[in-house]
Amino acid sequence: MSSETLGRPAGVRNPRGTTPPRPGKRPGIQRLFGKHPLGVLFSAPYLIFVGVVFAYPLVFAVYMSLHDYFFAAPGAVVDRPFTGIDNYVTALTDPRVLRSFLNVGIFLIINVPLTVVLSLVLATALNRVVHFRSFLRVAFYVPYVTASVAVVGVWLFLFNGGGLVSTLLGPLAPDPAWLINPAWAMPTIALFVTWKQLGFYILLYLAALQNVPNELYESASTDGAGAVRSFFSVTVPGVRPATVLVLLISTITGANLFTEPYLLTGGGGPNGASASPVLIMYQQGIQQGKPGYAAAIGVVLVILVLVIALLQNRFVGGREEK
Amino acid sequence: MQRRTFTTATATAAVALLALTACSGGGASSSDALKAKGDITIWYSNNEQEVAWGKAMVEAWNKDHPDEQIKGQEIPAGKSSEEVIGAAITAGTAPCLVFNTAPSAVGQFQKQGGLVDLTKFDDGKSYIEERSGDAAEQYQSPDGGYFQMPWKSNPVMIFYNKDMFTAAGLDPEAPKLSTYDDFLATSKTLVESGAAPFAIYPTPTSEFFQSQFDFMPLYAAQTGGTGLVEDGKATFDSEDGLDVATLWKTLYDEGLAGKEQLQGDSFATDKAAMAIVGPWAIAVYGEDKNWGAVPVPTKDGIAADETYTFSDAKNVGLYSACKNQATAWEVLKFATSEEQDGQLLELTGQMPIRQDLPEVYADYFEANPAYTLFGDQASRTIEVPAGPNTVEMLQDFRDAYTKAVISGEGDLADALKGAADKVTKLAGQD
Repeated sequence: MSSETLGRPAGVRNPRGTTPPRPGKRPGIQRLFGKHPLGVLFSAPYLIFVGVVFAYPLVFAVYMSLHDYFFAAPGAVVDRPFTGIDNYVTALTDPRVLRSFLNVGIFLIINVPLTVVLSLVLATALNRVVHFRSFLRVAFYVPYVTASVAVVGVWLFLFNGGGLVSTLLGPLAPDPAWLINPAWAMPTIALFVTWKQLGFYILLYLAALQNVPNELYESASTDGAGAVRSFFSVTVPGVRPATVLVLLISTITGANLFTEPYLLTGGGGPNGASASPVLIMYQQGIQQGKPGYAAAIGVVLVILVLVIALLQNRFVGGREEK
Repeated sequence: MQRRTFTTATATAAVALLALTACSGGGASSSDALKAKGDITIWYSNNEQEVAWGKAMVEAWNKDHPDEQIKGQEIPAGKSSEEVIGAAITAGTAPCLVFNTAPSAVGQFQKQGGLVDLTKFDDGKSYIEERSGDAAEQYQSPDGGYFQMPWKSNPVMIFYNKDMFTAAGLDPEAPKLSTYDDFLATSKTLVESGAAPFAIYPTPTSEFFQSQFDFMPLYAAQTGGTGLVEDGKATFDSEDGLDVATLWKTLYDEGLAGKEQLQGDSFATDKAAMAIVGPWAIAVYGEDKNWGAVPVPTKDGIAADETYTFSDAKNVGLYSACKNQATAWEVLKFATSEEQDGQLLELTGQMPIRQDLPEVYADYFEANPAYTLFGDQASRTIEVPAGPNTVEMLQDFRDAYTKAVISGEGDLADALKGAADKVTKLAGQD
C-alpha cells in the first residue's frame, strides 16, 4: 500500500476513477477464496482427493449405516429400507462387537505406550551408535517393510505350544498356549504389531532427533546432567512433535487392526478374544453381506478414534502449540 | 495433524467405496441378454488340475464356435473367490460363468441380483435335474429356481496314514474307525504309542467354513443325511448333534486333536495320522503317503454304503452382467456334458454331480480304484443351508462350536441350543 492511498479520504475517487472498496469489505472472490485465491487452486488436487476418497465415502458410510443396505448388481432393483439407528443399536448391543472394542482397547493400551517408549529409546541409541549404524537401522526397518503374511508364520512358530518362546519359558509358559489363550491372544498380537511397526516409528524419531540442537546437550552436560537426565530433560521435550505424531499414527493404525487377528489367530480367536472391530466389519460387511451394519460399526470406530486423537492432541500436543 | 485422523475412516470408507462402484456401468439380467449370443468370458479355479481342464474345455468349444468364442481365465486373486465374485457383481464386471461358485455364497449373490435363474432357459430345469437327479434339489432356491448349476463335489472321508497305524500296532487294512468308541480308542493308541503327535487335526480356527470339515460330515453321517437346517429350522440341537459335538470335544479335551492353528497341512507334515478330505487328496498325498480311506464314523457304526457326508461342492453360476447369456447357457451345458464331466473326473479326480456316477464312468473307476469309494460316497452328501444368510448361520454355529467344543468352555448342549436359536432366526429371514 502506498502513502498516497493511505492519505486519501474514504469515498474519494482515485486517479483511475474507481471507488476503492470500503474498509472491512472484501471483493466477492476474496470473500469466497480468501486473500490468496491462487492458494486454493494449488490445494485443490488434495482437497478433491480428500473429498472423493475420504469425505464422500464417509458420508456414504453414514447413509449406509442408516439403511438395510447391501451391495447389488448395477441395474438390479433392490429394496434398501431406511432403518434409522437400528444398525447402531444392534452393534452396540452385540456382545461380539462390544468385545471387539474392548479387545482393541487392550491392544492400544499395550501397543501405543510400548511403541512410543521403545521407538524413542531405540532411536536415541541408534542416533549415538557409531559402528554398524546402517546395518542396525535396516535391521529394525526390515519387519516394517515385510508383509504380515510372511512374518506371521514365524510368530506362529515362536508362540505355539511347542514353540521357542514356550520352550524357553518352560513351566512359566501359559496353558493353553499364547495365541489360543483368551488372556494372552491380544497381548501377543499387540507385541507382534509393536515389533513389526517399530522400524517406521524409529525413523520418525531419528528424523526428529536431528532437530534437537547439540548446544542443549552441551548445556545440560555443563550443568552436570548425566545421560539419563539429558534424555528426559532435553531429548524427550525436543522430540515432542514427533511423539504426538507417533501417538496419533499408532493409535489410528492400531484401531484399524485387521491383518494380525485375521492371520495370527485364525479369524479373531479364541472365541472372539482377539477379534477387532475392523475384523467384525469384514465378517459382517463382506462375508455376511451386511455392509449397512458394518458401516455402523465403522462410524462408531471413527468417532472413538477421533475422540482419542483429540485427547492426545490436547494433552500431549497442546503445550507444543504455545 | 488433524487431517491424519481422516485415515481412521479407511475401514468405513473401504466398505463404502465398494458400494460406490455400484454406480458404474454394467447391467442386470434382461430378456434380451437371455437370448443374445456372442463372445463370453469365464473364470475357473486356479489349481493346476482345474486350470488344465478349463483350458482344454475352452479350446474344445472355441474350435467349433468361431462366432461365440470363450475367453477363459483363472479367478482373480483375492482373500477368497467369493469376495472377488461379490465385488465383481457389485461393479458389474462379473464374467458370464464362474466354474467355482460356492453354494454358501449363492444366496447372497442371488440377493445382490448377480445371478441368472437357469430355469429361465427353456431346458434349464430339465437339464439340471436330468443330469444331477435328486442331488439337484438341495441346490434349488426356495422359490424353485436354480441360481447355480450343480457341478462337482468333493465328498469328504477319513484319510489315514497306514504307516502310522502300523507303527501304533493297529491294523492298517481294517482300521477300527467306524464307531465313536472305536474312533476314540484308535486315536488314543495312535497318540499314546507316539506314532503320531495327534490323531486328527481339523483346522481349529474361527472361519465360518471350517465346520464343513469337522462337525458337518459327522453330523451328516450320524443323522443319515440331515442338513444343519431343514424346513427353516436348525436341526443340530438334537441328540445326534450333541453326540457328534461330544466326540469332537473329547478328542480336543484328551489332546487327540490339535487346538492350535497349524502352518501347512497336518496330514502331509505327519502332525496327524488322519484327516477329513475329499478325493482331491489322492493326487496330493498319493505318492508321498501310504494312505487308506474310510467313511466318517457314526456313533454306533453303519455300513459304508449308507454313510452320508459333506459334499464340499463347487458349482457354476451364470452371472447377470453377462451380455450373451444364450451362449453362456450353451457353454454351461457343453462344460457339464457327459464327455466334459469325464474329462473333469480324469484330470482333477473330483466328482461331477451327476446321477449314477459310478455306472456312467465305470471304466474310469475300474482303472482308478482309489476313487471308487469317493465316487460311491458322492451320491450321499449334504450341503450347507440355502439362502442369503448362509455365511452368518455358519459363522454363528462356528463361534459356538469353537467355544464349547474346541476350547471346552461352557455347557455343550446350551451352546448348541444358543446357536440353533440364532440359525433358526436367520433361516426365517429373507
